[in-house]
Amino acid sequence: MVHYVNPGHDASFAALSDATRRGVIEHLFSGDASISELADRFHMTLTGMKKHIGVLEQAGLVATEKIGRVRTCKLGVSRLEDEMQWIERYRQMWAARFEELDKVVADLKAKERGDD
Amino acid sequence: MTDNQTTSERVSDTEMRVTRRFDAPARIVFRAWTTPDLMVKWWTPKSFGITFISCEMDVRTGGNYRFVFGHPAADQPMAFFGRYIEVVENAKIVWTNEEAENGSVTTATFTERAGKTELVISDVYPSKAALDEAIASGSVAGYDEQFVQLDDLAASLTA
Repeated sequence: MVHYVNPGHDASFAALSDATRRGVIEHLFSGDASISELADRFHMTLTGMKKHIGVLEQAGLVATEKIGRVRTCKLGVSRLEDEMQWIERYRQMWAARFEELDKVVADLKAKERGDD
Repeated sequence: MTDNQTTSERVSDTEMRVTRRFDAPARIVFRAWTTPDLMVKWWTPKSFGITFISCEMDVRTGGNYRFVFGHPAADQPMAFFGRYIEVVENAKIVWTNEEAENGSVTTATFTERAGKTELVISDVYPSKAALDEAIASGSVAGYDEQFVQLDDLAASLTA
């Protein structure tokens, strides 16, 4: 069977392919931070850090909020997570149907045997 | 598929796929999918909170189907309908889902191996946007979304 990589996950994987961006995520686990704080922490220019945050935001991994003149970054609710949850609920819907279908199938099998 | 577990996966931008194995030959599983009296026994498990009011199925290529469901909190029944694009006896059913805009086309294939049936369900949406939207809506089959709203409404009325 061919296994495809879910293209919906590409953005998340790409966002996490960079060491600085992984560092930012790790840093945000310990608390929210402004873009300038993150730029200092990772010895980068403000512009460079803004680009990284943009990529993480696109992937839904980071959310930002501007309060006054400061843009604060925090961990975002990942679209990846939303999608995984939906896929699991979709699976559960079919699994529930199939449990009932098992019973119908067992009845039919028993009847077929009885007819022999 | 090594046991009877149900698996689901988004296999491309536009396609969801579900697999399951059944301990019966394909002709039996196929019969359960194509006989209205049997379909009503399993298509809406109790946990869904909905029941069949009517089940019309003309299972042949070009035939139509129409399922009407009721829900305790709903005044109006809800209809799900579409057309069978392709039907191959004991092997394959392809149908449209036309109750919603940008509905998927669903293919169920039945493959028999050593007396057991491997079922693959493929739900193909017309575009990436259509599947993304279905995921974003949080609804897995169209029913829950609409009926959850009714549940909320009923809860607010009795509160």
